[in-house]
Amino acid sequence: MARITLDNLAHSYRSDPASEDDYALKELNHVWEDGAAYALLGSSGCGKSTLLNIISGLLQPSQGRILFDDRDVTHAETAERNIAQVFQFPVVYDTMTVRDNLAFPLRNRGRDEAYVAERVNEIARMIGMEEMLDRKARGLTADAKQKISLGRGMVRKDVNALLFDEPLTVIDPHMKWELRTQLKKLHHEFGHTMIYVTHDQTEALTFADKVVVMYDGRVVQIGTPEELFETPEHTFVGYFIGSPGMNLLPAEVEGSMARVGGQQIGLGRGYGPLSGKVEIGIRPEHARLSRDEGLPVTIRRIEDVGRHRIIRADFGGREINVIAGEDESVGPGMSRVAFDPARINVYADGWRVPGTA
Amino acid sequence: MNKTLNNKAWFLVLPVLVLVAFSAVIPLMTVVNYSVQDTFGNNQFFWAGLEWFEEMLHEDRMWNALQRQLLFSAIILAIEVPLGVIVALNMPKSGIWSSFCLVVMSLPLLIPWNVVGTIWQIFGRVDIGLLGHTLEAMGIDYNYTQNVVDAWVTIIVMDVWHWTSLVALLAFAGLKSIPDAYYQAARIDQASRWKVFRYIELPKMSGVLMIAVLLRFMDSFMIYTEPFVVTGGGPGNATTLLSIDLVKMALGQFDLGPAAAFSLMYFLVILAISWVFYTVMTNLDKKGM
Repeated sequence: MARITLDNLAHSYRSDPASEDDYALKELNHVWEDGAAYALLGSSGCGKSTLLNIISGLLQPSQGRILFDDRDVTHAETAERNIAQVFQFPVVYDTMTVRDNLAFPLRNRGRDEAYVAERVNEIARMIGMEEMLDRKARGLTADAKQKISLGRGMVRKDVNALLFDEPLTVIDPHMKWELRTQLKKLHHEFGHTMIYVTHDQTEALTFADKVVVMYDGRVVQIGTPEELFETPEHTFVGYFIGSPGMNLLPAEVEGSMARVGGQQIGLGRGYGPLSGKVEIGIRPEHARLSRDEGLPVTIRRIEDVGRHRIIRADFGGREINVIAGEDESVGPGMSRVAFDPARINVYADGWRVPGTA
Repeated sequence: MNKTLNNKAWFLVLPVLVLVAFSAVIPLMTVVNYSVQDTFGNNQFFWAGLEWFEEMLHEDRMWNALQRQLLFSAIILAIEVPLGVIVALNMPKSGIWSSFCLVVMSLPLLIPWNVVGTIWQIFGRVDIGLLGHTLEAMGIDYNYTQNVVDAWVTIIVMDVWHWTSLVALLAFAGLKSIPDAYYQAARIDQASRWKVFRYIELPKMSGVLMIAVLLRFMDSFMIYTEPFVVTGGGPGNATTLLSIDLVKMALGQFDLGPAAAFSLMYFLVILAISWVFYTVMTNLDKKGM
């Protein structure tokens, strides 16, 4: 187990990166605390897997250093780093039995057979494959194969970190919950540093202590699920996390007032002069329909998703979503949307401006 | 589901039937016809029953040719398959050099058998051939027209040169189909190079390798032109493989009956071995399931 430090790290798949755009992973400084569970969240192609492969040593970064505790491992071989990694698509050794698959990483490290057998049985119980241990891995379902991959990742106790690269993509929904719970349990038991790459926010938020949100090769926010929800540091975080995501409206901000399409909106904090593209962001959870206050909108449709209703409204060509509880009444004539001033965030060029109370 | 039955649909298979009849069935039946008759010329035939078959089965000549043939096929398989795999493993996986290698490797496959034979016949000659002359100049006693071992070495090296590419190309195609994640997982699992080959590359290649072995077996078992051009079956009968012997018998001696019986048995042997081979391989495959 180790603390992993990324120092000035950046990576480009091109040999002659000219501009910042050529970098799949833009310059990054970050410390992964020992024993914490992180989720690396972002849309496809944002550099998540690149970062993961650099940590595990499958990829050499174009610049910067990686430290495990205080040891520089930037140029160390994958094997030397003693890391476990589980990939998006199941990797099993077809000709081996399930048992041999699970035992493979231990045997390669020359552990004695008694220990191997003990660990294999333990892991098999954990992934629920005890009955299948003597079957050949070939011909198993994708689920089962991925469980084997997960098991192979977890079979070593002494790894520095466990990395997961969207491991549950091919798994059935009900199994996903079960496996994720297992992973969390495992984390509590053994305290491995875990990094879990995903593009599924639910997965990220339920798995991790801290979520690292990446966008376009850059880490845009690192925080607890609550922080990501309440104060997204970047409009991407606001938009990407939440269902539906944060409402964003272009605005002019002066002091503690925002002007949106000719309407005045009160803000919870005061702001100095802002430059660039200014927007205000508000979660649908913090907006409500009203008869007499707020922005006049046209209501497009109302979706009842069970626990609550999502109101899709339109304000001068921009979509505004509002979440209303089942018990809140939504009646005719309620054609205005009001925001909770304290929950409004102000963004300049995509980044949050703190403001003063 | 209701199926429409229309017997006219049989006409759709007719072209194939006609084609197969002319390309395979009728020629084969002619051979069957010859194999059960005897002739003294003038297109007069007499019923001979299974006599030719019996005679051939008691003939050392065929058994010797069969032995040589099996030995030849076994040797070239034992060389070409591992060699092809090694070549494929060491080929660049992508980029311009990969394409270059593929083209260069395909070249021997494009050369007609006759030409391959001629190339090696001249190449190995002691008086003017580059190989033969060089060996002689180095003091190595080499002469494929007189020495049995030299003749065998020459035709085996020739076949390896001609056909290893096929195995290599097939193996390469198998290797290319392995996703990167497998190699990455193997690195994470600290698998040695040998284990990567044994547990990832070989299983993923096994399908194409099976086809390669089958193709090479059938082809080598039927080989005629190349050794015929180089050694003409000699010295003595040392390199008289089944086909060469068959042609000698059928066209050289014009023993139509025995030759026909011989060819039928030859055909059945190939069929039987290929079938056994295929069944064993597919069963092994299924057992893994």
